[in-house]
Amino acid sequence: MITGSTIIFYLLAALTLTCGLLSVSTRQIFRAAIYLLFSLIGIAGIYFWLQYEFIAAVQIVVYVGGIVVLIIFSIFLTQQAGEKLPKQKPGRKIFSALAVFCGFALTMVQVYQHEFDFDKALVSPTMSNIGQNMLSTKEGGYALPFEVISMLLLAAMIGCIVIALRSKPETK
Amino acid sequence: MMEPGLYHILFISAALFFIGVYGFLTRRNLITMLMSIELILNSVNLNFIAFNKYLWPGKLDGLFFTLFIIAIAAAEAAVAIAIIINLYRSHQSIDVENAEDLKY
Repeated sequence: MITGSTIIFYLLAALTLTCGLLSVSTRQIFRAAIYLLFSLIGIAGIYFWLQYEFIAAVQIVVYVGGIVVLIIFSIFLTQQAGEKLPKQKPGRKIFSALAVFCGFALTMVQVYQHEFDFDKALVSPTMSNIGQNMLSTKEGGYALPFEVISMLLLAAMIGCIVIALRSKPETK
Repeated sequence: MMEPGLYHILFISAALFFIGVYGFLTRRNLITMLMSIELILNSVNLNFIAFNKYLWPGKLDGLFFTLFIIAIAAAEAAVAIAIIINLYRSHQSIDVENAEDLKY
C-alpha cells in the first residue's frame, strides 16, 4: 500500500541524490553551489520525515543559511563570471567512476547482508530531552563536548582572521 | 514501492557518500572539492540519525554526534574558505594543479 509518507520519502531521496550528482558533475561552478543547496535541503527534508525536527532546523540554519552562502561568496570572490571549469581527462573520470561504483556495491552488499537489531519503540526526541542531555554532566550528558566545540569555534574564528589578514607591505 | 526504513536511508547515505568521493576525485577546483566534502559529511550525519532512530530510539547519542559534526563542519568550511581566498590572492588561481609551491 502506498501512503503519502512513502511518496514524500521517495521524492526527497530523488531530490537529494539527483542534486548531489548534478552538483559534482556540472561544469559551471555557480550551478554546482545551487545544486548543493538543494541537495542539503533534501537532506533536511529527510530529517523532517524522520521526525528529528531539531536536527532539520539546525541543518537548514547552519548548512543552507551559513555554509552554502559562504561558498557562494567565495565563488564570487575567486571566479570570473561565466567561465566554465576546464574539462577533465576522460581517463580520470572513468577510473573515479569505477572506483566509486565498486566501493558503493561493496558497501551495499555488506549492508544488506547484515542483520540489524531493530528496536521497535519509535519514540522521537523532545526538545526538552535534547536540551537536558546537552548540558548535563552526568552519564550520557554532553556538557564537555559542548564546551570543547565552543573553544573550537573560537579558535576557527581567530584562525580565519589571521589567515585572511592582508599582510602589511614592507615599509621602512 | 516498499515502506521506507533503515535500509533505504542507508542506501541514500551510501550513494551520497560515494557521489561526494567521485566529486573529490574528479574535481580540480578547491571550492568544488570543498562542496564534495560537505556532501560526504552530510551522508555521515544521515547515517547517525538513521541508526539513532531505528536501532536506539531511546538514546540521543546519534543526534548529538550529528550536532557536533555540523558545528565542526561549519568551522572547517570557514577555515578552508579563508585559506582558499588567501591562495587566490597569492596565485590568482584556486586550481590544485597550480598550488604546488610546497611540493619541491
